[in-house]
Amino acid sequence: MTAFQVPRLASSILSPSPELCFKDVSFSHEDKVLLGPCSFTLKGAGPTLVMGPNGAGKSLLLRLSHGLLLPTQGQITWSGEIRPRQAMVFQQPVLLRRSAVANLIHALAVNNVPRRERVKLAHDALERFGLTACCNTPARVLSGGEQQRLTLARAWVLSPQVLFLDEPTSALDPAAIKAVEAAVHEFHQRGTRIVMTTHDLHQAKRLAGDILFLSGGKVREHSPAEAFFEKPVSREAQAYMAGELVE
Amino acid sequence: MENNAFYVALSLLLNLDASLFQIVALSLQISLLAVLIAAVLGFPLGAAVAIWRFPGRGGMIVALNALMGLPPVVAGLMVYLLLSRAGPLGEWGLLFTPGAMIFAQVVLVLPILAALSRQKVEELLGEYREQFVSLGMSHSRMMPTLLWDARFALLTVLLAGFGRASAEVGAVMMVGGNIDGVTRVMTTSIVLETGKGNLPLALGLGIVLLTLVMLINAGAYLVGELTRRRVG
Amino acid sequence: MKKTLNLLLAGVASMGLAFAACAEDYITLASTTSTENSGLFASILPKFEDTTGIQVRVVAVGTGQAFEIARRGDADSLLVHDTAGEKRFVENGFATERADVMYNDFVLIGPANDPANIRQAQSAKEAFAAIAKAEAPFASRGDDSGTNRAELRHWKNAGVDSDGDWYRELGSGMGPTLNTAAAMDAYVMSDRATWVAFGNRQNLTLLFEGDKVLFNQYGSLLMSEEKHPHLKHDLAQQWHNWLISEDGQQAIADFKVDGQQLFFPNAK
Repeated sequence: MTAFQVPRLASSILSPSPELCFKDVSFSHEDKVLLGPCSFTLKGAGPTLVMGPNGAGKSLLLRLSHGLLLPTQGQITWSGEIRPRQAMVFQQPVLLRRSAVANLIHALAVNNVPRRERVKLAHDALERFGLTACCNTPARVLSGGEQQRLTLARAWVLSPQVLFLDEPTSALDPAAIKAVEAAVHEFHQRGTRIVMTTHDLHQAKRLAGDILFLSGGKVREHSPAEAFFEKPVSREAQAYMAGELVE
Repeated sequence: MENNAFYVALSLLLNLDASLFQIVALSLQISLLAVLIAAVLGFPLGAAVAIWRFPGRGGMIVALNALMGLPPVVAGLMVYLLLSRAGPLGEWGLLFTPGAMIFAQVVLVLPILAALSRQKVEELLGEYREQFVSLGMSHSRMMPTLLWDARFALLTVLLAGFGRASAEVGAVMMVGGNIDGVTRVMTTSIVLETGKGNLPLALGLGIVLLTLVMLINAGAYLVGELTRRRVG
Repeated sequence: MKKTLNLLLAGVASMGLAFAACAEDYITLASTTSTENSGLFASILPKFEDTTGIQVRVVAVGTGQAFEIARRGDADSLLVHDTAGEKRFVENGFATERADVMYNDFVLIGPANDPANIRQAQSAKEAFAAIAKAEAPFASRGDDSGTNRAELRHWKNAGVDSDGDWYRELGSGMGPTLNTAAAMDAYVMSDRATWVAFGNRQNLTLLFEGDKVLFNQYGSLLMSEEKHPHLKHDLAQQWHNWLISEDGQQAIADFKVDGQQLFFPNAK
């Protein structure tokens, strides 16, 4: 993966949402097919919430989309000529053993942002996500919610066109969940394409623009959020919504 | 005899014995410099082996681990043959000088620093790899980030290297020649005095050496703890 | 962080300078542990340095290793006690000249109760034979040193086999061999100088001395310029000449431990 040039005007509206296309994609490990084959296209403004029972392959799908894994078969393509800038937030926040602001400055340095601009961009992002008070605190002693907001701030400074989130709030308390969801909304407002996995129905209802429903390693349904929540089409989605255990 | 040795050690220190100071200073200079050079070479080497996949990687890891146990006297012999006038690096004229002793100790300490840093960096990489790739970091960019993040563990690794360097006698004896006032250090002095049957003096010197190493380790521990508290 | 790095670099640079600053004239002398450990060099080298300004750096090892060091061109000069070996060294072209410098003698040390009764021996030959007959523990250096080679010649002259559990080959220098002998309560042949200076005698005591065959000749050698052109031949020549000069010989005679003279100058 290559590092991208971060645009100078970090808060401007970004160019139209890139589209992600999966074509006959499957992923196997040691002769066991864990995901696929599946084909779909993510387009429109999003946010896309990826739902499904545990083990359905949601995290795998996210990692394949982001390029952390390569598909065993099939193709994953983006619209447009250049691959869009992306960032990812993980379930457990991954932060370096340095202060909060130093973590952001490091991300900027890695992406070749000129030294003079790094500090300002970092502090602006911290402010946006309500973390100014802890800017010099060691990142690892922050609370779970603060750490997750910090990883979002780190993603923010890189002005990603696409933001992947893998169950970012599953380990957090309600107040923290609220703060993180507000942060995700900031990204959406700015024009970042959101693709997020969740096992929380209500969170999906709060955030989703469209739903991608997985179970047993296959895509069972892909529909606009309103339609999905009113009446899911697939048998598995229906069972899931009814609270039944789904494989 | 043990009582004698403590008295001897104490009197050596209290009398500010000039030759003792010279020997202690030389010992520290050689070992510290050797550890520094070995770190500059060894930490990036260890990190590189942790980060990159290449053919023969497994063999390299085994070799580094095994070389941690390289007998000092064997290292000394090999370096002697290298630096001898009859050897390939004879032109350097390093034999029987402190430079040769540093060379030999670097050979001994480098595998320790490389092998242990590799293990630590690999551990960290397991935790960080996905995030690093997500951030767009190239393999070479990961190296300084990981080494800095591992700094507390690496401090302990440095101390292990220093312990090895300051404790060994086989290598420095062979390539240094134990020349009075030039290449005589604490460990070779202890061997010399033991050989003369001056056991209380030898033991006294040993106690001085141990105390020194203990102080250095205590200092490093304090520095580590103080900074760790600040950074979590 | 930057500050620490700067300090570190400054420290390294100053150490480098300190090492380089030892730029005064010096030669490397390969010699044996007996001359170093007895304190002879500590006594005579300052006198040489005062006269000529040349520092003599002594690498004290076993005779075998000393010859090897010189053969490889790692030493400017050689002072050992193995006349036969020295002559071979000259014959093989590694040295151009050898000269007698001084002698000391070997003595037979053993446990105070003297199980082989060598106190009563009339000659070295008798003493060695007695030890072999009694199969009393004997600690040998076993390291191909001058002392060791001399010891082996004595066993040969006594016409006895030094094979058996009682004969312990240690592969050590004189001092460590004495340490081990003291711990084993064994007989040992030592040069007088090392014995006099030795601090860990325990139950050992001097039992036999004086036989002329126990005399131990030291020789100084000049290295060949042809084989090793890079050596400091001029300085080494000054050292060699001083050793056999009146001044050097007097310095050797003046060296005493506990009032005893240990080395006897005999340059021709």
